[in-house]
Parts: sequence; C-alpha cells; structure tokens
Amino acid sequence: MAHRVGMEVSIAVSHAVQMARAEAIAAYPITPQTHIVEHLSSMVANGELEAEFLNVESEHSAMSACIGMSASGARTYTATSSQGLALMYEILFIASAMRFPIVMTVANRALSGPLNIWNDHGDIMAARDIGWIQIFVENGQESYDHTIMAFKIAENHKVLLPTIINMDGFILTHVVEAQEFLEQKQVDKFLPPYHPRFTMDPKRPMTMGAFAMPEMYTEVKYAHQVALTNSYEHILKVWKEYGDLSGRYYHPVERYKTEGAKVLLLIMGSLGEVAEVAVDELREAGEPVGLLKPRLWRPFPFEDLRAAVNGAELVIVCDRALSLGGAAGPVLAEMRSALYPLAEKPAVLGYTVGLGGRDIQPSTFKDIIRLAREELAQGPSQEFHIFGVRG
Amino acid sequence: MSKPMDQYTWQEIEIGGVLTEPGNAREYNTGDWRSQHPVWTKSRCIKCGVCWTVCPEAGISEEPGGYFDMNMYCKGCGICAKECVTGCIAMVPEEE
Repeated sequence: MAHRVGMEVSIAVSHAVQMARAEAIAAYPITPQTHIVEHLSSMVANGELEAEFLNVESEHSAMSACIGMSASGARTYTATSSQGLALMYEILFIASAMRFPIVMTVANRALSGPLNIWNDHGDIMAARDIGWIQIFVENGQESYDHTIMAFKIAENHKVLLPTIINMDGFILTHVVEAQEFLEQKQVDKFLPPYHPRFTMDPKRPMTMGAFAMPEMYTEVKYAHQVALTNSYEHILKVWKEYGDLSGRYYHPVERYKTEGAKVLLLIMGSLGEVAEVAVDELREAGEPVGLLKPRLWRPFPFEDLRAAVNGAELVIVCDRALSLGGAAGPVLAEMRSALYPLAEKPAVLGYTVGLGGRDIQPSTFKDIIRLAREELAQGPSQEFHIFGVRG
Repeated sequence: MSKPMDQYTWQEIEIGGVLTEPGNAREYNTGDWRSQHPVWTKSRCIKCGVCWTVCPEAGISEEPGGYFDMNMYCKGCGICAKECVTGCIAMVPEEE
C-alpha cells in the first residue's frame, strides 16, 4: 500500500505527474518551478515516463503547445511561475474557453519589478480571472495529492476545465518533506486513462477555437461561468474519493481551531501552517482565536466561507498580493463581497503579508491580531494595511 | 449551424464552442459585409476569366454560358473591376 518517502517537494510533484501517467508536457524552466519540469524531462529521457516532453522557447509557446497536445487527446501537464505565468497570459484564457483539461502547477513567486524570485501570490492573482479551477496547497503532501486529483477533476466530462495547483515557491518547492505516496496501481484505479470529449480526428472533422460574433460571445462566456461554478460539486466528489483512498480529506475551506472563535485569521497557502502555531499559542493563553485556510480559490467557495465565519466578531484576511490603487488585496475584496449580503456579519480587516518572500513568523500573526483588535476598537483607519512596511 | 447565431441559448452551445459539423463556414455568407458589389456589362465581356482569377476570396463564379458573376462571398473589394481587361465591371454601392 502507500509508502512514506523523504523527498524535495518539487520532485514529489514530478512523481505525482508520472504516477498520473501524463502523456504530454510542454514547459519552460523558471525559478522556483525548475526542479519539477527538470525531473519530468529526465523521466521522459530515461524512459520512466511514456510521454512527449516538448521543449519550447517560452511560456507563451508552452501553453500554446499544451493546448495543441490537449486537443489531440493527450493528458497534458505544465508548470510555471511568476514572469512565466505572465508571459502565458493571453493563452491561459484560450485554454479554459476551449475547455482543455490541462493541469498546471504554479510555483507562486512575486512578479517583477523590482526583480524578486521569492514567494508571494502576486503572479496567480494577476491571472485570477482566466477561468481555470484554482487550488492552493499548504505543504508537500498536499502538493502531491492535489496534483493527482487535479487530473481527475479537470478531465471529468461534466467539468472539462484546466486546473492550477498553487504551491508557494521555495517554501514548498525547495523543501524536503516526508510524504506518503500512493502505489501506482491505486493511482491507476483512481485515475483511469483520459478520454477526450472532442479530439482531432480526420475521421470526425470538427472546428475547435472558432470565433464568436457579438450575437454569440455572451452565451459562450456564460456557459463557461456556469461550468466553473458547477465544477464545485465534482471537485468535492473527487476530494472525497481520494480521501477514502488515502485517508487525507480536503475541503474548500480548511478550519483550524475555529470552535467558539471570536477572531479568525484567514490565509491561503503554506503560511497557514505558520498561522497554526500562532493560533495554538493564543489558544493556550485562553484567547478565542481560530484560522480559516481557503483551499479552493476558483470557483470561490462563497457558502463555505459564510458558514465558516458564523459566530466570529472579527475576520483578519492576510493577503499575499496587492491590488495597487484598489480597495483591498484580492482575497480581502472577495471576502468582503462574500459577507456583504449577510445581515449579521463580522468585521473584516485586511493585512497583506509576506510580499516578495518577506519572512513571516508566528509572532507576525500575533502582532496582526493585536493591531486588528486595536483598529476594530478605534474604527478602521484605511481600507487595508501592508503589515511591517517600514517608515 | 441549423439556425441563426442570435437564436442560440447558452445551453445549446457545445462545450468549448466546438463546431462538430464540418464545412459549415460555407453557410456564413461573408458577402453581407460588403458596401459595394460588381456588376458586369455582358455586351463588353469577352469571358476571359481575369476577374475570376484575381478575386482573392473566390467570390466570383462562372455562370452557364461562360459569363461571370459574384456569389454570396464577394466582399466588394473591387479588384475585379480594376483588373477587368475591357472595363466591363462597375462597382455599385449596396444601397442602390
């Protein structure tokens, strides 16, 4: 059955792709995603993975090639980060509009400028509206698990949407962690071969990527919106099935010590584990503090979050990205939007943290909770704060 | 496509906007974009076919009897009128 291995998380992700029997990969290396595609390239070259590995000259080409390979009916994977994701930008919308179930790992990294290779969520938040399913993971085990599950979600004929797994650059990609791998036969049973709904077949000619006149464009976009919203129930089914297989169950919003909590921290990605330490220490001191860790970013789990904040007086959203000149970071804006219709709702304050790899300790979260409580008592002084900025 | 585009609901559109019926571009009469169209004066036409040859859109068809006329893909660019050896083609605005 399952076995535990100590391994760099990037390499574990490449093994997850191998065990998922990806058939086509096109990728361009970029820090901190490099180790994932480097190892996949080795696996293909060494005959350990029966797949086409297409070396391309840019991420724009990588995503374009992934669309072509997915259209040909192959199980398709790629990975990128930061500037690479930005260079893919125009093609990302086409992949989702054409409903190709490409799976992509984004090793989250700050966007230039200034040039910075370290972790925050600025890259994916700039590509928030691309119409893909978007999932955040917190540790190596989740990175492995969600890579395998993403193929099953994306390829479901009731979903057929490309899927991104966001994993924090360096904090996860370059860390060695003990992880539990499934056996190949378990993965094969869980994830049968991909059967495309439409494919390029001379015997059955069809048009993919046709243009839509003004009479048609709105209806096509609405169908996409419905598909992404409705993917929610299928995502949950796949997570449940995988939970029954592995013993690891995942939820759209993970809750940590939220029972009776009056103050809730909310953060996505690997810093959730750091925040847990802060919550542990505050709980030991008798403070009613809890933590919410949204895992599903698109489709956004509105109802789960509305239910999760029930009883809280203060929700502190810790964004890892900015919306410069706007009202809030992306997660804060979404949370305020989700809670606005509720008659009784907690105050929602925002503290953006960890930009461009700025180190975050458990004490950071304690400081933020203290500042937020003061702000709540005095009334909000501004739309949101960037924590720890000097001057 | 079995009906005009503005009559499709979002539920009727195939996943990813795929068109499963091949060759339906011919149903799209691109000629309805045009603002002018060619008119042949048959008495001056020598049936040489230069208009048919130079048309970039296959918008001219040979008629029975060897004369030429536009079809529904003519976009009204006027190259045929410019290149006609005898000057028998006139471009006429659509409104008239």
